[in-house]
Amino acid sequence: MIFGIPLQAFLGQLLIGLINGSFYALLSLGLAIIFGLLRVINFAHGAQYMLGAFFAWMLLSYFGIGYWPALIVAPLAVGLVGAVIERTMLRRLYSLDPLYGLLFTFGLALTIEGTFRYLYGASGQPYATPAALAGGTNLGFMFLPVYRGWVIAFSLIVCIGTWLVIEKTKLGSYLRAATENPILVQSFGINVPFLLTLTYALGAALAALAGVLAAPIYQVSPLMGSNIIIVVFAVVVVGGMGSIMGAIVTGYLLGVAEGLTKVFYPEASNIVIFVIMAIVLLIRPAGLFGRDV
Amino acid sequence: MTLTLDIDKPREKKPVVAQTMFLAAGLALLVLAPLFFYPVFLMKLLCFALFACAFNLLLGYTGLLSFGHAAFFGGAAYFTAHAVKEWGLPPELGILVGVAGAAFLGAIIGYLAIRRQGIYFAMITLALAQMFYFFCLQAEFTKGEDGIQSVPRGHLFGFIDLSQSTNMYYFVLGVFIIGVAIIWRIIHSPFGMILKSIRENETRAVSLGYSVRNYKLAAFVMSAALTGLAGGVKALVFQFATLTDVSWQMSGEVILMTLLGGIGTLIGPLFGAGLVVTLQNYLATSEFPVTIITGLVFMVCVLLFRRGIVGEFYNSRLGRKLGFEHRH
Repeated sequence: MIFGIPLQAFLGQLLIGLINGSFYALLSLGLAIIFGLLRVINFAHGAQYMLGAFFAWMLLSYFGIGYWPALIVAPLAVGLVGAVIERTMLRRLYSLDPLYGLLFTFGLALTIEGTFRYLYGASGQPYATPAALAGGTNLGFMFLPVYRGWVIAFSLIVCIGTWLVIEKTKLGSYLRAATENPILVQSFGINVPFLLTLTYALGAALAALAGVLAAPIYQVSPLMGSNIIIVVFAVVVVGGMGSIMGAIVTGYLLGVAEGLTKVFYPEASNIVIFVIMAIVLLIRPAGLFGRDV
Repeated sequence: MTLTLDIDKPREKKPVVAQTMFLAAGLALLVLAPLFFYPVFLMKLLCFALFACAFNLLLGYTGLLSFGHAAFFGGAAYFTAHAVKEWGLPPELGILVGVAGAAFLGAIIGYLAIRRQGIYFAMITLALAQMFYFFCLQAEFTKGEDGIQSVPRGHLFGFIDLSQSTNMYYFVLGVFIIGVAIIWRIIHSPFGMILKSIRENETRAVSLGYSVRNYKLAAFVMSAALTGLAGGVKALVFQFATLTDVSWQMSGEVILMTLLGGIGTLIGPLFGAGLVVTLQNYLATSEFPVTIITGLVFMVCVLLFRRGIVGEFYNSRLGRKLGFEHRH
């Protein structure tokens, strides 16, 4: 018993919070990377997350291609779609106020979601948990479904891996340099327009990866993206988009905060992140890890 | 943080005559419109047009993109519906309750949101409006998924029966004209000039000694209150208030109307609202989802058509000849 709550229920919600936090972290990480270089808030991030889940589902139901290949193929496909969109359309907006990027990607999100809603209806499609990760283990104090443990572990690996790529590799140093001063970097002979395309594709692929991970947990539905993206925006406001690590940490923290609220005061669970955002704005307007931009 | 607003109000110098004639023709059209169109459709159009004009006060003239105006529109609809139905207030007082409620909400959301700028401002307003959506989903008085149904229109000032659609139409038209006149007055006041200076160069406005925060908050609250006016009237027109009006899609719709009509033009949002509402009516009977079209129009507008319909007209040869000048 913790504060009069059975330990089982407490840990159960903590687990759900960590799972949600994994998705918040992956999505806000992608948003932060895209914003860092492109100065575009990618409103289509939720739609790309949904696309990832849907591609996985389509691969399985139309071609019999299972979870593991989908975990690679779906993000690649969505990343490619993202690259095409960046090259043909988004690119034209860089010289304008960043708000136009937000509006454009908002329109993109509406179009993608509307299309999938038209084709597949608003209800969700089930996606079976891969056989290797089915079942669960008894940890002694609680029952842990293997798949959920996998999601938490794998998303942590992806987050830390992405952070390492950006902070420790040559490519990452180009990205960071281009964030600071694109013109100077270009004058050193680095192909900045290509970096921009790559970055948008990478962000979209991260969203799609989160989508594939989410497919067996939530239903694969055209609306799954728009439900989560607004929460992720709040996460991004709380974390501040200045730092990659900040986005990741805030994602997990807020997921857990949401899960724990479900234990103690369930009515407030779907607004707690917004409340935290409001409090952070009052106390530390730049965000917890923010360098104001 | 400015949008590319190379368009602005027509300058009152040369051919004021032509512009006055435009205005008179427009008014005449609105007065005569119920002879040709279904009144409820027209009323819906006017409500959304006022909504978009109020939104444009913030986006077009102060340079703040709010992604949460549905909270004020739908919130006012709930407040007005509740006041009229449960408290038995007459329609004019009911609408005032809606306006006051929206202004109050605007003060809270605005106070938090102006602490950040630009893109963050948009995300914060969106998140706070979503919080209000969840509040409406769970609160007692909003009746959850059902919404507040069969709201009586009542008698205006005690003797004009608004259940008759002609009476209702002219009432809505009157509110619309008053609303737009207020917006016109705000834009053309010294206060409005300061708002525009914030839009153009916020740092400079600060260095000139203006407390930019207060001006932004004031503009936000005014915009929210006028949005509430539109929302309250809409609740009486349709006689219900539901979650649709507080959802984020509604916030997106009003942005589209403004963008399509012309950001930073006084009457652009009217045209944008007209187009969007007509489109929705047209597609309402078909299977085809409106969101696809809405999304595509958004993308096309942002990529190719940022001045909007009225902005393009002002910028065209004819528009300039008529004295609607292209400002740089």
